[in-house]
Amino acid sequence: MPKTIPADSVGLVDPQIVTFNEPLPLRSGRTINSYELVYETYGTLDAECANAILICHALSGNHHAAGFNREDEDKPGWWDSCIGPGKAIDTNRFFVVALNNLGGCHGSTGPTSINPETGEPYGPDFPIMAIRDWVKSQARLADYLGINKWHSVIGGSLGGMQALRWSIDYPDRLDRCIVIAAAPKLSAQNIAFNEVARQAITSDPEFHSGYYYKHNTLPRKGLALARMLGHITYLSDDSMREKFGRDLKTGKLNFNYDIDFEVESYLRYQGERFSDKFDANTYLLMTKALDYYDPAADHNHDLSQCLSQTKCRFLVVSFSTDWRFAPQRSKEIVDALMRAQKPVSYLEIDAPQGHDAFLFPIPEYVQILSSFLSQEIRHAQ
Amino acid sequence: MRSDLSLLTRWISEGERVLDLGCGDGALLAHLTKEKRIVGYGMEIDTQNILQCVGKGVDVIHQDLNEGLSYIDDKSFDTVIMTQSLQQTNAPDRILSEMVRIGKRAIVTFPNFGHWTTRIYLGLRGKMPMSEVMPYRWYNTPNIHFCTFKDFEILCKEQNVRILTRTVVDNDHLENWKIRLMPNILGEIALYHIEKK
Repeated sequence: MPKTIPADSVGLVDPQIVTFNEPLPLRSGRTINSYELVYETYGTLDAECANAILICHALSGNHHAAGFNREDEDKPGWWDSCIGPGKAIDTNRFFVVALNNLGGCHGSTGPTSINPETGEPYGPDFPIMAIRDWVKSQARLADYLGINKWHSVIGGSLGGMQALRWSIDYPDRLDRCIVIAAAPKLSAQNIAFNEVARQAITSDPEFHSGYYYKHNTLPRKGLALARMLGHITYLSDDSMREKFGRDLKTGKLNFNYDIDFEVESYLRYQGERFSDKFDANTYLLMTKALDYYDPAADHNHDLSQCLSQTKCRFLVVSFSTDWRFAPQRSKEIVDALMRAQKPVSYLEIDAPQGHDAFLFPIPEYVQILSSFLSQEIRHAQ
Repeated sequence: MRSDLSLLTRWISEGERVLDLGCGDGALLAHLTKEKRIVGYGMEIDTQNILQCVGKGVDVIHQDLNEGLSYIDDKSFDTVIMTQSLQQTNAPDRILSEMVRIGKRAIVTFPNFGHWTTRIYLGLRGKMPMSEVMPYRWYNTPNIHFCTFKDFEILCKEQNVRILTRTVVDNDHLENWKIRLMPNILGEIALYHIEKK
């Protein structure tokens, strides 16, 4: 039965694919000779091409940020809560671009794509991407779309790191940068969680050193474990207590090693669902991109020196119960921007959802996004 | 435009770098940006105020001033301002020394607890003074560190802070000869322009 699409939805959207044949030199020293990017757009590009907003996605995100790809799709895009007519990122005013990053598994060239040199899927041979490589590929997408300068580049989590990288690498190509629930680099604890996730995947017997496509199998268990672990870090202690408490699945303790508690059932479900639709090699690649991110490293580890070359206005947002990228990590970015005398506003939003809060339409969050996007740019600085 | 804000605008030069501690809804910074083309930030703890600032195009940082400003370099700002909030901080002495450290100059304004009405209220009624401008009970007041002008000036002396100018006004931010005669008794609000000696 076709569902009714809500009035504040961008409606039905068709993903687009663009092929780039200009080789892309990567931070790793390797090069991708040609690649495809899949993207969606919402709203209309104005005559001056001045109302374009780029949305950068997080670890498991993709190009489908808003609306529906099919009438019977059960859930809208991943950031539908904030993108749409009248929403925080108002598609009546803005032309919004969302893409799937290189190395992804939702249509852009990645480990599951055929390597033209071998005629087989890249698998683990797909080059490890750095965040600056993604940003470079996004700049080429901007060129292709005729967008010389973004009105804003916006991202949460890993997406926020891309937005920050944009301000550093292409200072003349964006007016505003919104960095949400991010960090200027990963902490040892962050890297440790990523490493356990990678170990979960690579130690799955079905992983076959990453060549599982050849063996016609998938490292489902490992990927599910990685996702379960990740999922815990996206939620807060409070939100898990609220959602599950110590509720029992069958109403009693079973005295075996199967599921007793609701939270176990939930995590298993999330893990299994994820492992059906996400590629393990992409997951590995994304976690490495996170680990390697450290824009200050090229500037004597001085973040404010690194950010001194930026020319846009910044909005930095964090969430009180986020412990994966805690407010203090956002504040590091803010402090560096202040030291570099850059225009920045910062808000820590009181929200119980943990890291995941950036996906929720929390009133203060929606309001600060839309207020900031409405700010006029004073070019005489 | 609040009249105390226009009073202190004259102490700000064209194009200065300004930090406004406890900037509220950003009215002062918006005013200074328009009138004096200043650049800088507000700091504010209240989310609704922060949203107002961003709506006005004022750059604002969410910060609890009690957590300190040690991460800000010495003399990063031309002027650091704090209007009507010093008495609400946990450690006004620490805030004052931070203000004159990170700013070349600073502006502080606060209500005078030594005003004659307050003295009489406490002296005759024997209760913590309440008034239109101090509508709180002793246990729920945000003004946890009230002081008189004299108290503040003693603190400045102890901290090697030079008072460049002091303006004492009534609650409508008007000066008169009586206030000039006995500021610590008749003045209701003081505006201090200060710097580190």
